Amino acid sequence: MTKSLKAQNHKFGSTAYQMEVLDSPPKGITKFADKIDTVGFYPLKPAKTEILQVNVGKMCNQTCKHCHVDAGPDRKEIMTRETMQQCIEALAKSDIKTVDLTGGAPEMNPDFRWFVEEIKKLDRHVIVRCNLTIILANPKYHDLPDFFKKHEIEVVSSLPHFSARRTDAQRGEGVFEKSIKALQMLNQVGYGKEGTDLLLNLVYNPSGAFLPPSQASLERDFKNKLSKEYDVAFNNLFAITNMPISRFLDYLVSSGKYEEYLQKLVDAFNPSAIANVMCRNTISIGWDGYLYDCDFNQMLEMKVKDAPQHIKNFDIAALEQREILVSQHCYGCTAGAGSSCGGEIA
Amino acid sequence: MSKPYYVEEDLKKFGNISEFQPELAKKFFDYYGEVFKEGALSEREKSLIALAVSHAIQCPYCIDAYTTDSLEKGADEAQMMEAIHVTAAIRGGASLVHGVQMMNKTKDLTM
Repeated sequence: MTKSLKAQNHKFGSTAYQMEVLDSPPKGITKFADKIDTVGFYPLKPAKTEILQVNVGKMCNQTCKHCHVDAGPDRKEIMTRETMQQCIEALAKSDIKTVDLTGGAPEMNPDFRWFVEEIKKLDRHVIVRCNLTIILANPKYHDLPDFFKKHEIEVVSSLPHFSARRTDAQRGEGVFEKSIKALQMLNQVGYGKEGTDLLLNLVYNPSGAFLPPSQASLERDFKNKLSKEYDVAFNNLFAITNMPISRFLDYLVSSGKYEEYLQKLVDAFNPSAIANVMCRNTISIGWDGYLYDCDFNQMLEMKVKDAPQHIKNFDIAALEQREILVSQHCYGCTAGAGSSCGGEIA
Repeated sequence: MSKPYYVEEDLKKFGNISEFQPELAKKFFDYYGEVFKEGALSEREKSLIALAVSHAIQCPYCIDAYTTDSLEKGADEAQMMEAIHVTAAIRGGASLVHGVQMMNKTKDLTM
């Protein structure tokens, strides 16, 4: 099994080194802050908070090549039940409608099911970012589709391509086949099927230094291929741009493509995407309870500014007045049709 | 080391052709942009056709540009290689179909 950058003591396992690279863009690249200033969006301020995205741990059964979390089996950072309880208390005091659970593989957190049940008691919508293969990884996870169904969880899963070659190249040998099997299990309980409210959404991201295609046309292709060849159904496809951080940043720098990719993102800068960037309506919570503007800022350890930084002191009014922190990785969210955890935004 | 005939960076300078003749360049690029928009064919289908044609005309700039573009339009390796096999089939077929002419001439000249 491939080790995480952190376990390898790799230079890109250090957020300080990543920030050093991102904060000193190559010559000719306008800093993101200056770019959004030209269209009246600097400093970037939040809109109403609608989503609490909780990263319940970095442990994962996969070690994907592009992973911005640097997740993997060797990552031991896991959210405790005490921190989850603090999230529940913060949620109860707010009218935030959606809780988006991510990781690592969130299901590997031993308190995952308890946490979901507590959130559902508050009658909030729950999204789980399920990597699919976890469902087959161990008999104790085989009933996850039933658990998801019972709590009407929206399942969002990465499948970088409808070809095994492309998916396995990014997510690991044999991942495509297991993912298809897991999708069929989810379909069997009603996920992604017409006539049910059980949402199964897939996520495409490019397997290299290029931008994603139009979401709508790619969704048609995914639906045709997956239905015809594997009898798999799903609801929506989200096309997400790769952010130049962590493992993907390491890939860009070590292959000599960093400058070219950043320039590509800058050239594709779309001012109309800024109003809808996810950091404006989301608060991201790390495994240890600290608060961030988004999951990417979390991985760069850029804690929120101008508001209490830990969930135990959650102050939604202060958070909604904060300045959102930006660096050059933010170009990933404003390129082309824009990008968020829910796909295109422009 | 001798200077290469094709320079990768020149692809980015394609737009500079307007420097010597702006009116025709504008007409060309406007037309070019329209051609590649989604229509009866999807953007991905058009990109794969462009990739196949790039190999037929053996233009290194076009091959680089439409490999990237095909990936960005969601094509995978199998689709891209099949497009190039279409090029090869047509090029090979174009040679072989002239074999009929050779046969006709041979039959004309021989008893």
